[in-house]
Amino acid sequence: MFYRESGDFKKTYQEDGQTFPIRFDRWRYWVILAIAFLVFPFFMNDYFANAVMIPFLVWAIAALGLNILTGYCGQLSLGTGGFMAVGAYATYKIMTAFPGMDMFSVIILSGFVTAGVGVLFGLPSLRIKGFYLAVATLAAQFFLIWLFNKVPWFYNNSASGQINAPERDIFGIVITGPHATPLATYLFCLIVAVALAWVARNLTRGRLGRSWMAIRDMDIAAEIIGVNPLKAKLSAFAVSSFFVGVAGSLLFSVYLGAAEVTDTFGINVSFMVLFMIIIGGLGSIFGSFVGAAFMVLMPVLLKNILVGGLGWPTDLAAHLEYIIVGGLIIIFLIVEPHGLAQMARVLKEKLRLWPFPH
Amino acid sequence: MSADFLYTLEVILNGLMAGVMYSLVALGFVLIFKASGIFNYAQGVMALFAAMTLVGLQSGQIPFAHLINAIFGTDLHHFGWQMPALLAIILTVGVMVLFAIIVEKYILHHLVNQEPIILFMATIGLAYFMEGFGDIMWGSEIKTMDVGIPSGGSFWLEEVTMTWAAEGERYWGMYIDKLDVVATLVALVLVISLTLFSQYTKTGRALRAVADDHQAALSVGISLRTIWVIVWSIAGFVALVAGIMWGSKSGVQFSLSLIALKALPVLMLGGFTSIPGAIIGGLIIGVGEKLFEFAIGSVYLGGATENWFAYVLALVFLVFRPQGLFGEKIIERV
Repeated sequence: MFYRESGDFKKTYQEDGQTFPIRFDRWRYWVILAIAFLVFPFFMNDYFANAVMIPFLVWAIAALGLNILTGYCGQLSLGTGGFMAVGAYATYKIMTAFPGMDMFSVIILSGFVTAGVGVLFGLPSLRIKGFYLAVATLAAQFFLIWLFNKVPWFYNNSASGQINAPERDIFGIVITGPHATPLATYLFCLIVAVALAWVARNLTRGRLGRSWMAIRDMDIAAEIIGVNPLKAKLSAFAVSSFFVGVAGSLLFSVYLGAAEVTDTFGINVSFMVLFMIIIGGLGSIFGSFVGAAFMVLMPVLLKNILVGGLGWPTDLAAHLEYIIVGGLIIIFLIVEPHGLAQMARVLKEKLRLWPFPH
Repeated sequence: MSADFLYTLEVILNGLMAGVMYSLVALGFVLIFKASGIFNYAQGVMALFAAMTLVGLQSGQIPFAHLINAIFGTDLHHFGWQMPALLAIILTVGVMVLFAIIVEKYILHHLVNQEPIILFMATIGLAYFMEGFGDIMWGSEIKTMDVGIPSGGSFWLEEVTMTWAAEGERYWGMYIDKLDVVATLVALVLVISLTLFSQYTKTGRALRAVADDHQAALSVGISLRTIWVIVWSIAGFVALVAGIMWGSKSGVQFSLSLIALKALPVLMLGGFTSIPGAIIGGLIIGVGEKLFEFAIGSVYLGGATENWFAYVLALVFLVFRPQGLFGEKIIERV
């Protein structure tokens, strides 16, 4: 009824290529943004910001990054944790070397540093494919973690080997450090996340994104029709690493405030981000957000129910979380291998035809 | 012989032994990959789960005791018996077969004809599931495993090798863990019997047929489902052997499941589809990382290079030979 265009009236390429062709979707998108920017800030407290919203936004950025590489370009990567560490340590070095710099520049610079490292580790992808590549990215993961552990220059010779985010602001509003308010950090993360999602959406539907998808669907065929695999693969690695680096940077500076490389950016992180994009949907911007929301909210929910509600020991709840995450992944793959985003897509198609499907 | 030479020799020998341990895990990967094209990430967790089950059965732990206690407020922990090692091993094999049947019935059966990446993700999910399940079932504390395998250094070897050193050199003999020697022998027996099994028995032929071509195998009347159960059972058995060896060496604990990650570069070197490849790849990785740590890592790079050396070695290697040492040549068509 309300949820459809009543026929195919597209007259321009612009209309044909728009992200939300249906008016309802367009409105929904603006409403969600309005709620995020105008309503949530009034309810922002410490718990809501630090346990739910900020981790959700940070992980959503990481998932976006991995989705560009794995979902759009088809290059399976298990090095996300390592690249996030690059972003975090780049942030730390920039923050301590240039104390006057504002946070936006710091984060964007860290993203570019990570993009450079990503391209370096993406080089083997030109020769290696599929699972072999996945294992090759593990080399990045373990090597980078080892590097940040062993070279004192990266953590400014601090005795504990930890990195701590000093207090930095933008336009006089404190974003990092102990004096940052939940509201400021939330809005900061939100702005970065929305901006990056917009960039990702427009990159993936443009020429570059189409060349990534061509490589994903069949690289040899793509090469024959004139897609340059070197350019496509390396640009995917660069853009993906940029996003992942920004996520790592935010995770360290805004969310955690301190980080120890093996705990914060270990191999588990790589898997977690991978789960997000599987559950959310490979090759979907919306899916990255849904997947991140799912993986961030589920442990919080489980903990509240089991530990808070039933009074079970925490370790038991943690084990149960593993079981549920694992089980859900299997169930998702069996029921809908293309994730929640695909479910939304199917629902949308049905809604378009409803109530006269024939 | 100079002491330096002997040290190097010792490092190489220990590397070979470590390599055998990696191969044991890699073997399970290869078996499943050959028969079903599934890259089974859960192999390491299977080893952990098998080892936990073995220890739990042996010491008479009550499964899910922690969970039951949390729900009903009871205080259960042990049945109070000690099971002989052999019986416990047989029972554990039974558990792994049951596990194979469940995996086939509830997971693989529903995922036939999916892309390899989806199957790979499913095994990651399985790994997470089993990790939590094993911890809830048997508790997550570190357990010691004792099934009667000798361990510790061999004095005999130390004395013999001490006499090899040149006059006046300070050399105290080689340290080689007896457990590693046993592991090597077990791996040898395992590989030989697996090869014999797949070459000379009817089931083995069926396995190879399935590995070659699923559809052709189906069309000559081989039941894919039975074969998959058999393959996963064998992989479960290999996991148990790996779990026993690693568990006796360093205790049954979470880190056991991470050896799966160490087996990955072994597979890349050897090729995903080759049993001898898994063994030789394991040996190369084992010797390579020990020698690198001994000669370069601990001297110039501050140590702990073993964490990443295997991956980087495999990476460099793959750039020159993308299908591994013994893997089937990758032919791509449009």
